[in-house]
Amino acid sequence: MTTLLELRGVTKTFGGIQAVKDMSFRVEERELSGLIGPNGAGKTTIFNLITGVYDVTNGDIFYDRKNINALKTYEIVSLGIARTFQNLRLFAKSSVLENVMTAAQRHHRYGFPEALSHLGRWKAKERETRDESMALLERVGLADRANQAAGTLPYGLQRRLEIARAVSLRPKLLLLDEPAAGMNADEVARLNELIVKFHKDFKLTILLIEHHMDVIMNICPHIVCMNFGAKIAEGSPEEIRSHPEVLKAYLGEEEE
Amino acid sequence: MDEYVTGIVTLLAVNCIAALGVSLFTGFTGIFTLGHAGYMAIGAYTSAILTVQYDIHWLPAILAGGTLAMIIAYLIGLPTLKLVGDYYTIASLGLGEAIRLVIENWNSVTRGARGYPGIDGYTTLPIAFAFLIVMAIGMFYLVNSNFGRAFKACRDDYVAASLLGFNTARYRVFSLAISGFYCGVSGALLAGFMSFIQPVMFDMAKSTELVSVVVFGGLGSMSGCLIGTTILTLVTELFRPISQYRMLIYGMVLVLVMVLRPEGIMGTNELNRAFFRKLLPRGRAAGEEAQ
Repeated sequence: MTTLLELRGVTKTFGGIQAVKDMSFRVEERELSGLIGPNGAGKTTIFNLITGVYDVTNGDIFYDRKNINALKTYEIVSLGIARTFQNLRLFAKSSVLENVMTAAQRHHRYGFPEALSHLGRWKAKERETRDESMALLERVGLADRANQAAGTLPYGLQRRLEIARAVSLRPKLLLLDEPAAGMNADEVARLNELIVKFHKDFKLTILLIEHHMDVIMNICPHIVCMNFGAKIAEGSPEEIRSHPEVLKAYLGEEEE
Repeated sequence: MDEYVTGIVTLLAVNCIAALGVSLFTGFTGIFTLGHAGYMAIGAYTSAILTVQYDIHWLPAILAGGTLAMIIAYLIGLPTLKLVGDYYTIASLGLGEAIRLVIENWNSVTRGARGYPGIDGYTTLPIAFAFLIVMAIGMFYLVNSNFGRAFKACRDDYVAASLLGFNTARYRVFSLAISGFYCGVSGALLAGFMSFIQPVMFDMAKSTELVSVVVFGGLGSMSGCLIGTTILTLVTELFRPISQYRMLIYGMVLVLVMVLRPEGIMGTNELNRAFFRKLLPRGRAAGEEAQ
C-alpha cells in the first residue's frame, strides 16, 4: 500500500492558541480511516489545513508525495481531495440536482462561447453532467427530490446530499466531517452503509471525523485519536478502545 | 408610434442592457456595485469619440466601447476581487467617480464637463432592440450553463465553491468583466440615442439606479431585472406631466417593493415554464418544477 496523505509535524496557531500541535499521521491509499476526539480537539482544523482553508503554521502536508502546504483550496481539490462540512454548506436555495451538478460539471467542461450560445458541446456536456448527477442522487436515495430546494430537505438527507456532491467531484481522497452528527441510530446505520459502499464502489480513500466512537469503531480499521490539538493514540479499533490515554481523555471516567 | 414613445422604448432597451450586466454581477455573483455608471461612461465616450473623431461605423464603435469597458473592469477587478467581502463595493464607489472625473478633466479628448456634442444618432429603436435581444439571450443562456452555476456557487458560499474546485476570485473578476461589457455597450447606445453626452450623466445617482432596478426586480433573476427596469423606466416617464412628484412616486414604488416583496419582484424565479406552473393551482406537486 502507498501513502496517499501524510501529515508531518503539523502545527496551527491562532494568535496564542495552539489549535493543532505537532500532528503527524498517515492515510494509506484505499483505506477507511477515522479521526476521533472530543469536541474542540482540533479535528475540523485538520481538515481545514488539508484543504487549504487555513494555512499551516508549521510542518508539512503531503498528498500523493507532493507537498500541498502552499496550494490554494481549488488547486487542492483538483488534485483529488473532496470534503464535506460538519455544519453543512449546501447551496440552500438551489435545487438538489443543481447542487450536485455544480460539482459534477468539472468533469464535463465546455467553453465560454458555448455557454453563451448554447451551441457546440453545451447540450451533450450538460446532459452528461445531469445524468451523472442523477445517478449519484439515485444512489443516495434523493432522486425523487432532485428538483426540491436543497435547504428544504430534512437534515439527514442534506448530509447525504453533501456526500453525493463531494463524491461527484470524483475525488481520490474524501474527507467526511462528522457525517453522522444530529442523526438518530437508524439513520447512522444507513449512513455507515452508504459510506462503506461508496468507499468500495468508487475506490475512495476516506478520512472520517467522528465524535461518537461507536460509529467509527464499526467501519474504520485505522483510527487516529486526538485531544487538545495533539495526537494521543493511533491504531486499530481494539487498540484505541483499550488505550489508556484515549480512555482518560476521550471517555473520561466512564467505561467503554 | 410617435416619436416620444419610440424614444422611451429605445431608452428602455438601452437601460435593460446595463441592468442585465449589473444583474449578473450583483444578482448572480453576489457583489454589490456602486460604480457601474463608470463603465457606461467609458462605453459612451469611446463610441462617441470613435464615430465623431475617427468616422468609424457605429457598429464597431459600440463593440469597441463595450470591449474597453470590459478591459477596464477586468483590470479594476484583479486587485479588488481577490479579497472576499465588500472591498469591491467600497472601491467601486470611488472608481465610478474616478472614471467620471477623468473624463471630466481630460479636456483634449473628451471635451470635459461641457459634454460631447454632435454624435450621430445611430441608436434607433430596431438597433437598440437588436442589441437587447442578442445580449439578453446570451445572458439567459450564460446563467443557465456551467458558468451560471459557478457564479451562483461563489455568491451563495464562496468556501463551499472553492471546495468544489472553483477559483472563486477568477470567477468574480470574470463576472465583472462581462458586466462591464454589457454596461459599456449600453453606454455606447445611450450616446447614439442622446447625440450628446456629458460626464454628469454617469454619476453616483446613475450607478445607484442601476443597482436599485436589479434589487427591485429580484437578485438572481434575469427576467426580474428586465421587469424592474421596465417598471421603473415607465414610472419615471408616465409621471413626467406631474414632474415635481415623480421622484416621490419612484421612491414610493421602491419602498412598496421593499416592504411587500423584500426579495424583489421575481425573487430568484425566471419567467419560464416552471414559474407559470408554480402560479397555477397548488395541487401540482412542487417536484414537477424546473426542466
